[in-house]
Amino acid sequence: MSNQQNLYEETIKGFWRENPVFVQMLGLCPALAVTNSAINGLAMGLASTFVLVGSSFLVSMFRNLIPKQVRITTFIIIIATFVTVADLSLQAFTPSLHKELGAFIALIVANCLILGRQEAFASKNRLPFAVGDAAGMAGGFTVALIMVGGIREILGSGSFFGVSLFGENFEPWVIMILPPGGFLTLGVLLIIFAAVKKRRDSRKLVQLES
Amino acid sequence: MSSEKSAGPIRLIITLGLAGLFSGLVLVSVFLATQPLIERNQEEALEAAIYRVLPGAETRKIFVEEDGKLVETESADGAEAVYAGYDGSGKLVGYGIPSSGTGFQDTISLIYGYDPYEKKVIGMQVLESRETPGLGDKIIKDQDFLDDFSALEVEPEVEAVASGTKSEANEVDSISGATISSKAVVNIINDGNDKWRQLIDERTESEGQAE
Repeated sequence: MSNQQNLYEETIKGFWRENPVFVQMLGLCPALAVTNSAINGLAMGLASTFVLVGSSFLVSMFRNLIPKQVRITTFIIIIATFVTVADLSLQAFTPSLHKELGAFIALIVANCLILGRQEAFASKNRLPFAVGDAAGMAGGFTVALIMVGGIREILGSGSFFGVSLFGENFEPWVIMILPPGGFLTLGVLLIIFAAVKKRRDSRKLVQLES
Repeated sequence: MSSEKSAGPIRLIITLGLAGLFSGLVLVSVFLATQPLIERNQEEALEAAIYRVLPGAETRKIFVEEDGKLVETESADGAEAVYAGYDGSGKLVGYGIPSSGTGFQDTISLIYGYDPYEKKVIGMQVLESRETPGLGDKIIKDQDFLDDFSALEVEPEVEAVASGTKSEANEVDSISGATISSKAVVNIINDGNDKWRQLIDERTESEGQAE
């Protein structure tokens, strides 16, 4: 199995085929909670990327030394350490961003995507693949958060990454930056993703049959 | 894999002990490295806010309460304090008063400028809040709302009235859709006045006599 592994494949799968938010439906809590603007989505994505890649690196490196019975505890210690480092660094270097994301930085530790990748992948695979997998998953997660955040910001505030788009006459749909907007946006994106995927799969099937 | 055999308790203890030890070391060093920066950021935010709520102020002094009087101090050191702002010629502009209280979702903390000669609020800025984005958080940047705090009489007390019905100098137009947050801001200012205004007025009077 592992000698057929392809680093490119393991990295790229997180963006589309196994996208954590749109396909695996993991990490939905931050995907709904902090995405009222594109910049918040990007910041949350990058903070999660730091934690996920760092944790996968350490877990894969020490995977043969961690006894099975205490693996989850050890993973959580590693993840929590990275999260606290991210929390303190954001507070020190970008206080305004930290203010926006607030408690959700600390809650990265409970993001099932991160623990999930340790248990399902990093603890069973060699270092380069584990890091590739983590980077791909985190990248897919970040892209998803920016998409949700971007759509909500455009409709709810009339701007994108803080740049005003429509001028004075645009009446923002306030609901889009409130919690219901998160559910609406994510729901619509899930429908689109599922539809595109279904179409691709059926096209592949036709090609195979002919 | 090597962990197929179940490991003995000693190994479990050593593994978790080592993981905890290294995690602790990393956290302590990151904490020590970032703490001064974090504290400086908070001080800078407060400092910037003091000058914003006291238009024209260029220097400031810190005062804390001691035996029912305001006493100047070098640093508040965590104690509750007010900040007197002076303009270029050394004339008192007013006092920046930090105050906090319950908002719609969580504690709102803010600082407002108080002019003891005119007995007016002359500026207000929210320092920390978690009000509803798009509605309650307008208390932070809605210019019409903030303008109401630029010459607001504090006697008998500040009052929030329905949006667009402000008629007296001690009234504030609530933001429509954010009545609770607007009222909260007004209550927080009244609380701050209850606490500090007498001390400040007494000090201002005794200073006036000394001059």
